[in-house]
Amino acid sequence: MKRRLLLATAAALMALPAASFAQGMDKVKACFIYVGPVGDGGWTYQHDLGRQALAAEYGDRVDATTYQESVPEGADSERVMTQMALSGCNIIFATSFGYMDAVNNVAAKFPNVKFEHATGYRRDHANVSTYDARFYEGRAVTGTMAGLMTKSDKIGYIGSFPIPENIQGINAAYLAAKKVNPDATMSVVWAYTWFDPAKEADAARALIEQGVDVILQHTDSTAPLAEAAKTPGVVGFGQASDMAEFKPSPRVASIIDNWAPYYIERVGALLDGTYEQGATWAGIAGGEVEIGEITDAVPAEVKTKAQEVRDAIAAGTLHPFTGPLKKQDGSDWLAEGETPDDAELAGMNFYVEGITGEIPN
Amino acid sequence: MMRLEKRATPSRAWSVATPVLAVLLTMIAGGILFAMLGKDPVAAIRTIFWDPLFNPQFAAYSRPQLLVKAGPLILIAIGLSLGFRAGVWNIGAEGQYVVGALTGAAAGLALYPMESRLIFPLMVIAGALGGLLWAMIPAILRTVFRTNEILVSLLLVYVAQALLSSMALGALRNPQGGGFPGSRNLSQWASSANPELIAGTGMHWGVVAAFIAVIFAYILLQRHMLGFSIRLTGQAPRAARFAGVSPRRLVILCFGISGALAGLAGLFEVTGPAGQISLDFAQGYGFTAIIVAFLGRLNPIGILLAGLLMALTYIGGELAQFMLGVPAAAIQAFQGMLLFFLLAVDILTNYRIRWAREAS
Amino acid sequence: MDIGGINLVTLLATLIVASVPILMAALGEMVVEKSGTLNLGVEGMMIMGAVTGFVVAVTTGNPVLGFLGGAAAGAAMAGLFALLTQVLLANQVASGLALTLFGLGLSSLMGQGWNGIRPPLTGDVPLGPLADIPVLGPILFSHDWMVYLSLILVVAIWWFLRATRAGLILRAVGESHEAAHALGYKVRRIRTGAILFGGAMAGMGGAYVSLVRVPQWTDGITSGAGWIALAIVVFASWKPWRVLMGAWLFGGISVLQLNLQAAGSRIPVEYLTMSPYIITILVLVLISSGRGRAMGAPADLGKTFHASH
Repeated sequence: MKRRLLLATAAALMALPAASFAQGMDKVKACFIYVGPVGDGGWTYQHDLGRQALAAEYGDRVDATTYQESVPEGADSERVMTQMALSGCNIIFATSFGYMDAVNNVAAKFPNVKFEHATGYRRDHANVSTYDARFYEGRAVTGTMAGLMTKSDKIGYIGSFPIPENIQGINAAYLAAKKVNPDATMSVVWAYTWFDPAKEADAARALIEQGVDVILQHTDSTAPLAEAAKTPGVVGFGQASDMAEFKPSPRVASIIDNWAPYYIERVGALLDGTYEQGATWAGIAGGEVEIGEITDAVPAEVKTKAQEVRDAIAAGTLHPFTGPLKKQDGSDWLAEGETPDDAELAGMNFYVEGITGEIPN
Repeated sequence: MMRLEKRATPSRAWSVATPVLAVLLTMIAGGILFAMLGKDPVAAIRTIFWDPLFNPQFAAYSRPQLLVKAGPLILIAIGLSLGFRAGVWNIGAEGQYVVGALTGAAAGLALYPMESRLIFPLMVIAGALGGLLWAMIPAILRTVFRTNEILVSLLLVYVAQALLSSMALGALRNPQGGGFPGSRNLSQWASSANPELIAGTGMHWGVVAAFIAVIFAYILLQRHMLGFSIRLTGQAPRAARFAGVSPRRLVILCFGISGALAGLAGLFEVTGPAGQISLDFAQGYGFTAIIVAFLGRLNPIGILLAGLLMALTYIGGELAQFMLGVPAAAIQAFQGMLLFFLLAVDILTNYRIRWAREAS
Repeated sequence: MDIGGINLVTLLATLIVASVPILMAALGEMVVEKSGTLNLGVEGMMIMGAVTGFVVAVTTGNPVLGFLGGAAAGAAMAGLFALLTQVLLANQVASGLALTLFGLGLSSLMGQGWNGIRPPLTGDVPLGPLADIPVLGPILFSHDWMVYLSLILVVAIWWFLRATRAGLILRAVGESHEAAHALGYKVRRIRTGAILFGGAMAGMGGAYVSLVRVPQWTDGITSGAGWIALAIVVFASWKPWRVLMGAWLFGGISVLQLNLQAAGSRIPVEYLTMSPYIITILVLVLISSGRGRAMGAPADLGKTFHASH
């Protein structure tokens, strides 16, 4: 499974019995394993920016030059991580969901090396930590903008795979749009790929032909934006990276994965001896999910509203999933004022009421 | 003026010398490429070809990994080589590999969580059958409707990949996986696991099967009537027909064998190194095996060596990437060069080069 | 003109554009195969065309030069293939696969630093009032010049193969290189020419992906279009018109399955994803059943030629 997905388990944010490593280190070698090429302009690109920020932050104290790109999941990733551990890496960041079993297997063999697994949920050994970002919080912001900006009341969503991360995004965006525009509807197209520019362009085209004038994408290339640029009045949002080259329109804002703060914090902890096993799931508040510049193509009041939503989520006063909410089949999900716990969020496999279509299964 | 003269029989000396020559040429050309990227060419070449085998830090781990990586390549390539010799083009081994893994895993998972020694053999049979049946589609369309088998087998790869996504997200999804795609981990369930047979060697059942396939193919081609029919059809199709070889039967047989072996490779991979059916399970072994088959000159021993060489460049390439920062793309281009040179110098095996004046 | 919530006019207009890359590559490959050579490296040539075309267009600011650059890069890759298969007499299947592997790696190297840039726009050809004709206007008269060029090439290649002496020689070489050689034709030279042409076409098709269809550069941008082009050539039984039909059929089904999803169809997505391939196979079976030998395949396709005298 190409990269990410979700983390999970009820224990996600609970402090874990800490195997703490009181002794600090003079020099840390941090290594990265990527599922795509660093030139993908999206998921892997953002992780690599995080690596570069890490190198810049600590200078000589951290060697963050070691990375390997386009590593397939499964046996290959296990070998690469083993070789990294053998070559003297102190901490290895594995940046794809599908590395999960491999991370835990290798971690068992190298108890002195720290493993950080993005978007996974298994921490079988004391030296494995997991981290993820609450992308759905960003979706609530872009969903708000979509609801306010659509003239046809049709919003399109290009999904990658029908997995919880995508479904959270679709639900969060839809609920946010519905809140500001009760007439808004959402069409979902599943591309069954994280990254296939031609197919993503076709998907965007198909949505536009259906009358959609705001496109949200969960796939990583800029192709949907390029497609939107061909039709006046259609707007979209940057995904994973800022996609600034399509400013000011059709790219009117973006959801940026910013891993730099996490990488700097974790390696810093290793340097000064405060490193502990953890399971981090941060969002807008933690700086991992950033809303890129909202351009002037957006009406001022929409911009203000979007910033309000963003700030409220950051302050913790607004949760994108707040009851009363029903599931698509009409059954009750959340009672008035209730919010889901992280385990429920992480395994989300249903649409909320009002979205048409079925989740492929 | 250079002239080529076909040798009556391929030169034995050159068929041994050409691969060495090709590797040397690749080192030179690759060195230039790495130097252009600002990397130390000598260090890069040494890391790719030497370190996986002899580096004190890695070699103990990397050497067995060569077998893990080469196993499926050899197993699939052996099957393909039989067809290629007879002019039967199965380009879709990747699809057969995927379907074999799917049917094998499905057969095992249907019995989960039973513990029995019979489950793994059952899965092996199911995997081979799955690959075989998937290969029968182009074979039967070819024999009944004369539909081009290159194309159908290739198109079926895409269908198999869609099937894989569907299975990883649907029928075979781990019910205890919290809604995430991917099956249960087969390598962690004793009944279905395909573990390392002797610790630290990399040998699992798939590697054993690959070695058996090499020996089997060698004997088949040298001693058996079917091997003779295959070679004859490849060299002289008309003569083969007069000799009573049925082209249809040969198409079915070649596809059947290569499909079953590809299916087996998929099954051994999913129960061992890969561990589970996941969206990313198809990693191109079926395509790379085509190259391996040709690099090995469609000869079982050659394929064995070619598979190991290919595995070496993969593993050495990984080391070069993270130790020296050579981009993954450069390694891919380097592998492409290696193939070019191997194919290019092959001419010395089959032809004699004569330098002659125009008049003579 | 709506069927199941899908507008036919826009669907047709979209599929014409969507199928340009595979149409160009398939036309080129058809000529190559007509001359008796099987080049499986279409994907590698396309992606080299895509990256080179992109770099040239961005550097010069001129998309036309970009397409020419793409064609040159495709032809250069094809030259490598010609060297291997025509001069060094290497196996064509293996050489083609090696070409793809090499092209994917090299393109990614060349493209480093070119991510996230917008290329200069390839505008529509201004056909004035023609574009305003209902139904036909959007389908036929509101495209960029590459669309028209690809259609003209269909006609030109059809005419070349059927009605010119050069086309006849090319076909003769593909049918029997021994006979053509005996008649005094330079088999290798003709095949090399065809291979270079095929490379240029694939390169232009690739450049269309990075300059018009997507338009941007990212690693692996052609994502298998070259393989589809190869499939279409066989599907078309080596006939230019059928190449066009094949490209449209394939492009059409690929676009349609996304349209069906967007329109809220209830057909499961995974089956829709498979549908272009399965339908292509079915059509192929229909075409090939009950026909004579090999559906018009050149008799000497894929065989190595060596003049022994």
